Amino acid sequence: MRGSFYGIKTMLAASVLATSMSFAVPSYAQEETIKVGILHSLSGTMAISETTLKDTMLFLIDEQNKKGGLLGKKLEAVVVDPASDWPLFAEKARELISVNKVSAVFGCWTSVSRKSVLPVFEELNNILFYPVQYEGEESQRNVFYTGAAPNQQAIPAVDYLMNDEGVERWVLAGTDYVYPQTTNKILQAYLESKGVAKEDIMVNYTPFGHSDWQTIVTDIKNFGSAGKKTAVVSTINGDANVPFYKELANQGIKAEDIPVVAFSVGEEELAGLDTAPLVGHLTAWNYFQSVDTPENADFIAKWKEYTKNPDRVTNDPMEAHVIGFNMWIKAVEKAGTTDTDAVIDSLIGVAVPNLTGGFSAMMPNHHITKPVLIGEIQADGQMETVWQTSGLVVGDEWSDYLPDSKDLIADWRAPMSCGNFNVATGKCGGKGTN
Amino acid sequence: MTFLRAIGLLLLLFATSGASAQSNETALRETIADLSSVKNFRETEEIVRSLGATGDPVVGRVLNALSDGNVSFRKSDNVVFIVSERAGRAKLFDPISGDEVGEATTTELTKVKVNNGLRRSIREVFATLTLGSPNPAVRQQAADTMFISPDPAAIEGLDAAIAKEDVASVKQRMVQARAAAVLASDLPEADKLAAIEVIGARGDRSALSLLVSYQGRSEGALREAAASAASGIESTIAVWNAAQNVWYGISLGSVLLLAAIGLAITFGVMGVINMAHGEMVMIGAYTTFVVQNIIRTSYPGLFDYSLAIALPLAFLVAGFVGLVMERGLIRFLYGRPLETLLATWGVSLVLQQLVRTMFGPTNREVGNPSWMSGSFQLGEMAITWNRLWIVVFSLAVFALLLYIFNRTAWGLQMRAVTANRRMAASMGIRTPWVDAFTFALGSGIAGIAGVALSQVDNVSPDLGQGYIIDSFMVVVFGGVGNLWGTLVGAMSLGILNKFLEPYAGAVLGKILVLVLIILFIQKRPRGLFALKGRAVEA
Repeated sequence: MRGSFYGIKTMLAASVLATSMSFAVPSYAQEETIKVGILHSLSGTMAISETTLKDTMLFLIDEQNKKGGLLGKKLEAVVVDPASDWPLFAEKARELISVNKVSAVFGCWTSVSRKSVLPVFEELNNILFYPVQYEGEESQRNVFYTGAAPNQQAIPAVDYLMNDEGVERWVLAGTDYVYPQTTNKILQAYLESKGVAKEDIMVNYTPFGHSDWQTIVTDIKNFGSAGKKTAVVSTINGDANVPFYKELANQGIKAEDIPVVAFSVGEEELAGLDTAPLVGHLTAWNYFQSVDTPENADFIAKWKEYTKNPDRVTNDPMEAHVIGFNMWIKAVEKAGTTDTDAVIDSLIGVAVPNLTGGFSAMMPNHHITKPVLIGEIQADGQMETVWQTSGLVVGDEWSDYLPDSKDLIADWRAPMSCGNFNVATGKCGGKGTN
Repeated sequence: MTFLRAIGLLLLLFATSGASAQSNETALRETIADLSSVKNFRETEEIVRSLGATGDPVVGRVLNALSDGNVSFRKSDNVVFIVSERAGRAKLFDPISGDEVGEATTTELTKVKVNNGLRRSIREVFATLTLGSPNPAVRQQAADTMFISPDPAAIEGLDAAIAKEDVASVKQRMVQARAAAVLASDLPEADKLAAIEVIGARGDRSALSLLVSYQGRSEGALREAAASAASGIESTIAVWNAAQNVWYGISLGSVLLLAAIGLAITFGVMGVINMAHGEMVMIGAYTTFVVQNIIRTSYPGLFDYSLAIALPLAFLVAGFVGLVMERGLIRFLYGRPLETLLATWGVSLVLQQLVRTMFGPTNREVGNPSWMSGSFQLGEMAITWNRLWIVVFSLAVFALLLYIFNRTAWGLQMRAVTANRRMAASMGIRTPWVDAFTFALGSGIAGIAGVALSQVDNVSPDLGQGYIIDSFMVVVFGGVGNLWGTLVGAMSLGILNKFLEPYAGAVLGKILVLVLIILFIQKRPRGLFALKGRAVEA
């Protein structure tokens, strides 16, 4: 069989061909509408997480239209499928903005997909609402970050483990890509600033979709038998979580002995798991389905009715879209137009109720204020809040714990209008990804 | 599991000898009632401690329920109950007697929250209560818990328990637990030196953990003794770790073997570059999900047999899809590898999207039957049951295929068609029929691999994609057209991977394996076990 390696090369070509074949069906409305772009993967590896967000957006737009739309016009959703293919995200974003003429886009999940669309939004001057917790180190004029920055998720979680569980030894385990690596870099700097010795931190990376966790779980066990209370901080993403937790459960690692706190595991991800052996492992988010507020109960009821599925769960990125969408509505109403520049300016300072019983506000750095909740996984696949911040936390885009970014701030209000202002040199345009 | 079972036994025992508990029952009820007014975890913990301090085994029930998150109080009158919830309704049980006392909707109840710290305290309190249990397994569990969280105050109780103990192994655990408590106490140095020796002899990870932490807070002779005992344990564990790596390698190899063995037939024997092979595995996994779903709703008692029921069904379903694929598509493309590749790749996308539409994009839960859950200890190695069974299963499938190939008429025909199609046809073998069923066999085997993989991996539409590259790698590395090659290829890749992983990390380890394979294929393009003869030229 000489053909086999030749075959694998062509396979790659075929995959590109196949994924670029997905297309959007433009819908022609009778009256004039305001178009909203939805840029979430509906196929490929990220479909598992992103499909729900597409449904959330359709649900929100439907609800808004029932209330009479926006500025007297109906809203119209334009759905495209970037198929978990990062370059395709940029292409689809361009299509949404220049062909479909959308007023704002809600989309992306992975950081690499966001990075790939950034230049498009800048060039064509449109608005992106990004709903997922991410690594920070970025603030862009056209992007509004409704997910958590590291100081709204990772750092409070580590504080909780340190203060309430007395953890002294840390395993930072993550999938090998930009979000876990940057988060772990921040966490490592933070832990060291708190006096944790280098040998008490173990960093471990695994490829996407890693399914054989035997060695790593044993390593964690070995690392944990050094006489100090040990915890695992997991930035493991997507599908790899299920086999990881299965292996933890089977090897008998109990939350009472070595707790695992995860930043990418929500109600959706746990749906594929028997959570009984995982009770007590932790997650850190800004929202849980189990949060007991009237706003949340109302949202869940309407969501279940809309999806016609009484088992549908809700999760944190969904809440981020709810907040982002309501903020956009409010800002458009305030500006009286959907014109990009006017809306970008009027978005700053907008405050809308979140689902956890407070108000989230859009800050000048294009990040929002959020409460931080630490939850323990329950046998029914839900989280139970065991700790939460007393107030709201402002998203900090440039981490204070990294030497490269500690002098940077972002403020998009005039006259500064800068995403990476260096307070040490007093100039716009410090180090960073922009 | 043993923990829960032990509690059950314990409760049974005390239910029969309840009279002694009568006197302080009122006091207990008052303490338990306080659970309805706790404001934070610390207050709950105080209640747990004071319940434990009564030494009355009857509190075991409420502590256990609390640890499981099954204690609630009624909002209207603040009465505390043990509850068992199902679909919005909760049955209420008395926290002391355990009798059913009524029903309520879940909205009328407020749960008493627990966290890890609290569960830990409950576990410790529980251990002191169960040290005198009539069941040796429970006593051992209690001693082990006390070993992990030593408490000098427990020495007296342990001494009494050791004196009474007549099971040697349990006695040893208690002596070890006592030694751990001694280290934490302020007893004289001689006692502690003896304790270090006892702990060092135990030689497992929790002993190591205890010694290392003691080493950090002691001085002089004690510190040295702890250090040498710890390094002794470390070197034993290092040896076990090497053995553990071999085992993990075999286990990973068995997963690779399962994933690749169907491909060894369709690609290896028939020469069809079947990019939809991974999707056959996925179909098998989804069949398992459907079977388990039906069992869960209709015949919950059969759950432990769900995999046995799913196996033949997965074989048939995936085999049927394979048969349809071969008859409907692939037979028109024999001898045109590029078109076959593109067509099967297309089929794989269609199948994925089909499953995504039918079952949704999210993961589906496939449960482990009880005999595939948990692990057992072999020395310092933890061997998980699901991995062990998968190793056994993959070897069984391999043996079965070998038998079909070498000992049956069908196998002979398959080999004949592979070796020389025209000659075989002129001997009266219906080659299209053989092709179709060989392909169906390969697909069916992929289907039953899916049943096994559903136990260790996600059941999602992308399940197959994760295995397709690895499968091709194994088949090509092992030598195309040779089942033994697939076995040796899978096992050596598995073990190689697992030996690299601890040193190079999972990411680099995988890259190194790929590089090694590329170098190997340069040297031996036909893989480990090359087929000789005219067939390979075709």
